[in-house]
This record gives sequence, structure tokens and C-alpha cells, in this order.
Amino acid sequence: MPKCTSLAFVSAGSALLCFAAPAMGQGVISGNEFNPAISLILDGQFSRYSNDAEDYEISGFALDEEAGLTAEGFSLDESELNISANVDDWFYGFADIVFEDDENETEVELEEIYFESLALPAGWTIKGGKFLSAVGYHNAFHPHSWDFADEPLAYRAMLAGAFTDVGAQARWIAPTGIFLQFGAEGFRGAAYPASGSANDGAGAWSVFAKLGGDLGQSHSWKAGVSLLSYKADGWDTDLDGGSLSLDGDGDLVVAELVWKWAPDGNARNRNFKFQAEYLHRSENGDTTLEIPGVSSQGEYDIEQDGLYVQAVYQWRRGWRTGLRYDWLSADNDLDDLGVATPFDSDDRDPERMTAMIDYAHTEYSRLRFQVSRDDSSDNSDTQVLLQYQLSLGPHGAHQF
Amino acid sequence: MNIRLLFTLLPLCVAPLQATALELFTCEPEWAALASELGGDRVQVYSAVTGRQDVHVIQARPSLIAKIRTADLVVCTGADLESAWLPVLLRQGANPAVRPGSPGFLEAARHVPMLDRPENLDRAEGDLHPMGNPHIQLDPRNIARVAVVLSERLAKLDPSGAEYYDARGEDFRVRWENAIADWETRAAPLKGMPIVTQHRSWTYLVDWLGLNEVANLEPKPGIEPSTSHLASLLSIVEDAGVALIVRSSYQSSRAAEWLSRKTGIPAVVLPHTVGSMEGVDDLFAVFERILTQLTEAAE
Repeated sequence: MPKCTSLAFVSAGSALLCFAAPAMGQGVISGNEFNPAISLILDGQFSRYSNDAEDYEISGFALDEEAGLTAEGFSLDESELNISANVDDWFYGFADIVFEDDENETEVELEEIYFESLALPAGWTIKGGKFLSAVGYHNAFHPHSWDFADEPLAYRAMLAGAFTDVGAQARWIAPTGIFLQFGAEGFRGAAYPASGSANDGAGAWSVFAKLGGDLGQSHSWKAGVSLLSYKADGWDTDLDGGSLSLDGDGDLVVAELVWKWAPDGNARNRNFKFQAEYLHRSENGDTTLEIPGVSSQGEYDIEQDGLYVQAVYQWRRGWRTGLRYDWLSADNDLDDLGVATPFDSDDRDPERMTAMIDYAHTEYSRLRFQVSRDDSSDNSDTQVLLQYQLSLGPHGAHQF
Repeated sequence: MNIRLLFTLLPLCVAPLQATALELFTCEPEWAALASELGGDRVQVYSAVTGRQDVHVIQARPSLIAKIRTADLVVCTGADLESAWLPVLLRQGANPAVRPGSPGFLEAARHVPMLDRPENLDRAEGDLHPMGNPHIQLDPRNIARVAVVLSERLAKLDPSGAEYYDARGEDFRVRWENAIADWETRAAPLKGMPIVTQHRSWTYLVDWLGLNEVANLEPKPGIEPSTSHLASLLSIVEDAGVALIVRSSYQSSRAAEWLSRKTGIPAVVLPHTVGSMEGVDDLFAVFERILTQLTEAAE
């Protein structure tokens, strides 16, 4: 009302408008009306592993430095700061800034920072910046919307968690009753499994197709296939006091299936979610080994398969329980370098079995207990953890 | 191809398109029912949420994205009710015609007086809606307000049907006003009737009929009824002489039934929207059923 009073001095007509206005659609004009939506994710855990997390390995897979277990004991997972808003009638902007705590040193990472078009006609959308690729299903989700505390083993081994890189995406939705989407992406090629920003900073691209719909009131589903093609340009891993580096070309094919059920489609009290993905990666090129006393070159040709199947059931409001099975297999062909490498698979297919139970008091808070039996290497590991995930700020998006 | 032939054939291709009905996507079933009343054969209506579903927990599922993609008009309650999934649908659906701010987007809550606007915004107080209680459909006078705006919008998007929409709008207005007058007459003895509700989704009904909402089964909006909170309600409910415990069909019956067993007060499901119960197939039936059940309980 103070604003109206001052206006009354200016003109009697404005004052009338002011007094008429509060009936509906009220609003106070203040400097922060146009502030973007800001949310902060608090995510931490306490864990116990039977093996040393520092020695974590997956048999037959050379892990990227970003891949591995969360530090044992008390630790923070990714603390995410999300900022989003419509820029204008053409663009939407989103940023996900991740703070990671590593032995009291804070690392800041731009997990995503992108724009998306709002006004393109005929079902087209263009996205640009740094973003999580639409390849696969699990890839596009931030850790706080995962159903388990950690990523599927196949994502850990083949994508170092998730593929996020600088690039551009174009996607199109068909004007059909069933959901049908096609898209393509081009990336810098700086993020694993790509590396070195090959082709003058255009070292990876992808294509994807997704299909989805409802079956009656109670069931809904989504399926998709995608291909990520990339160049590994000087990717390296520590080995025996030196390094092993790769220069090659790779393809990753992902098939995804998600199926959800809720009685009458009302997910409030009971619901069920089934999710499975199959990943196949093939990569070949040249290896360079540089360790004290040895320097050798050769060729490599790797074929890797990964599968995970998971099911999560909410049996009453807030309470969910889930089971997940992970399987990996590697068929690596490397010229003999004279030393053991992480690509040696010992004829073992890594496997993992995970069970979790979580409780969400509201949509903004979740507590989780999870146990895994991880047979990724010869040393079978039992991983137990307690996790909290809290969300401050606006309502999170209900992604399918 | 011969240019002249092309021009002869072109209208033949376009003609069936013009005959196609206006495609409406509504978030809630009450707006779908209203759109069918007002738009008749000229509209084809799809509702994202059914009467059996809790609007708060809907996901941006693929089928909804596909429907948004081809919609000519999106009608939603707004006021943050769908804030977890509608913005995702609108972005994913890539349909600028229904973007907020364009004629293809209608937010019902902007056209009605809002109740329950929280003074303090603190999530410790539950899942609050800063713009006020968004469950506006349970006051039939709000339906009438939205009907006026929706009729105008239909005529704007489909000008050739302006007269048709006008006639249907007028017809609905008369029938609806008569119905409201009838309901209000029958509801006169209900004034001050003490009731308990599960969630604060009945505020507009309570306000319209002058009922007395003594307590909620949820300790705070959107928070699951707890045993301690329910136990604390026992004395309150008995002191106030509560006549009825009310919930929606999508809510779990456990809390309402527990309180009913302990106190002997009947627990009922009232239709909160179209399609929420057997036989409640249009807007008239929603209020008809509510009035019938309330007057029965008052006797």
C-alpha cells in the first residue's frame, strides 16, 4: 500500500487503479522479483568398506581418475548449487556448480552450465554450454536424484560416473501421440571416455532416439538407444611409477529401459520403478608406456560390456527399498608391454549386488542406508553407508 | 509438378486440418471438464492428472511431453501447484505456442481470489504455497470465474468458433448459477459445521459453505500424519463436536480410519475433482455429491 499512497500524489487515476488492484493477481514490485531459482543440495555420508577405498579397482577396466569410491568414514558427496531462470523469451539458463570436499580442500566444478532454446518452432530445442549428455538414461540425472547412493558400475567404469562436456545439442520431438524424440550432440571431447579435446576441440559426438508412453492409467515407460563416438587423445593412467597412455577412437552404445508403476498412476503412497541399461564400448588405437627403465609402444583393442538392472519399490508414503545388480565384462587385446596393466581382466567378470532402504520425510529430505557386495576385483568388498540428501530452495523437478 | 495442380490440391490437404478440434492440455481434471462444457465438439481435451492421482507427485513422463508438444492451449491451476513438473513439461515439450505468457497458456489461479496466503515462508511449516492455497476448484464460484476467461481464450485461439463458444459459455453460466443457488440453499444449515480434513485442500469449500475446519490430519501441509499428531487431535476433535473426517480418494485411508475408530466420527471420501470417485463424471456431480454427503452427515 505505501507505493499506492505515494502514487496518489502523482495522479488520482493511478490511485484508483492501485486500490482496485489487490483483488486478484497481486504483486509487490521489488528488486529481487526476477532473481533466478536457487537451490542448494546438502549431500553427505558415513561409510565403511571392507577394503581400502584407495585400492579400489575394477578388473579389466582402467579407471579414470574421477572414478572410484567416495572416501571412507565421514565424507561429503557433491554439494550442488543450482541456479536457473528464463533468460528472456528465447533462452532458458541453468547452472549446476558442484563443490567437492577433498581432505579439507574444496574443489569447485562446473558440472553443468548451459542455455536451452524456448522459442524454436516445430518441436525443436537447441542446448549449448556444458551439460550432461542425453546418452543413456542414468547419465542425465544429478546424484541427488539417483535411487542409490552411487552410480551403476558400468557408468563408473565406462563414463567415470557420467559424461558431461562442453558442446551443443539439437533435439526434436515428433508430433505424435506417443513420445518420440531424436537428438544429436557435439562435444569438445575433454571428458572421459574422450580426452585431449581432439579434432581441434570437437572430439566427441552422439546421437540418440527415445520412445515412451503410458500403458493404461497405472504404467508408464521409456526406452532408448544412443551412441557416443569419441577420440581418446593422450588419456593416461599412473602405472608402476610412470604412465600408460592411450590414443584411440571409441564408440559407446547404450540401450535403456525404464518402467514405472503406481496404482491408478497415483505415486503418493505406493509405486514401483524398474530400470535397466546395457552399455557396449569398443575402442582401439595406440598405447605408450613410459615407466622408469621401460619405454614401449603398441596397439590396443578393447571390447567392454556392462549391464545393470535395478528395481525400487515404495511400499508406503516416504519409504522405499531397492535392489540393484551390476555386471561388467572386458575383452581387451593389448600388445604385450612387458608389465601388468589395469586392462588385465584375470578372466573375471566384475559383479556387484546392492540393497538400499531410504526414507523421505518430505520431498526435500531423504535418509538412506545402503549395502553393497562389490566383486569388481579378486578382493570382494562389502560397502555399507548411511547417506543424507537435503534440498534447500525451490521444489525440485520431477523428471521421469 | 504443375503449379496450378499444386494450388488445387493444397486446399484439400489444409481443409481437414481446419476441421480438427482445438487440442487442449489441462493439468487437472476439473479444467478438462470445464473445457469440455465450454468447448463442446470443437475441443479435444487431455488431462495430465486424473481424479485418482495426487497432483503434487506427478512426474514429467514421456506421454505428457508428447501431449504438450501438440497442444494449442494449456490450462493449469498455477500458483505453484504444478511447479515440480509443469515447467519441465513445457521445456521438454518444445511448443512455444503454449509458453507461459502466450495466449496458449492459461493459469486459472490468476483469475480467482486466493485464500491462505502464508505470512511466513518457512519449510519447517510444511510444503507451503507462497501464492496461496492452490486448491481453488472447490469453490464453484471460482469455476465460474475461470469459465469466463477460458471461454474468451477459446474464442481467441479459434476465432471461427467465437459464436459457438459464446453460446456454450452463456448456457453453462446459467446452468452453473442455478446450481450454485440450489447448493447454497441446501447448504444453509451446514454453516459452522465442524469438520477435520486430511490435507488443506478443502479450504475453498470450507470458505464457500462457512464450515468450520477444526484440524488437519497432516501435522503440517504435505507431511504424513503421525501417530503423536493424531493422538493430540483426539481431545480437540471431541471438544469441537466434529461431524465428519474428510479426505480425498488419492490419500491413504489409514489416518482417517484410525481417528474414526477412536472417536466414532464417520470418515468419508469426498470428491475433490471430476473422476475422483465412481459416478462423479462432471463438475455438477462433484458439488452435488459433496452437498449430499455433507447434509447426510449433518442430520
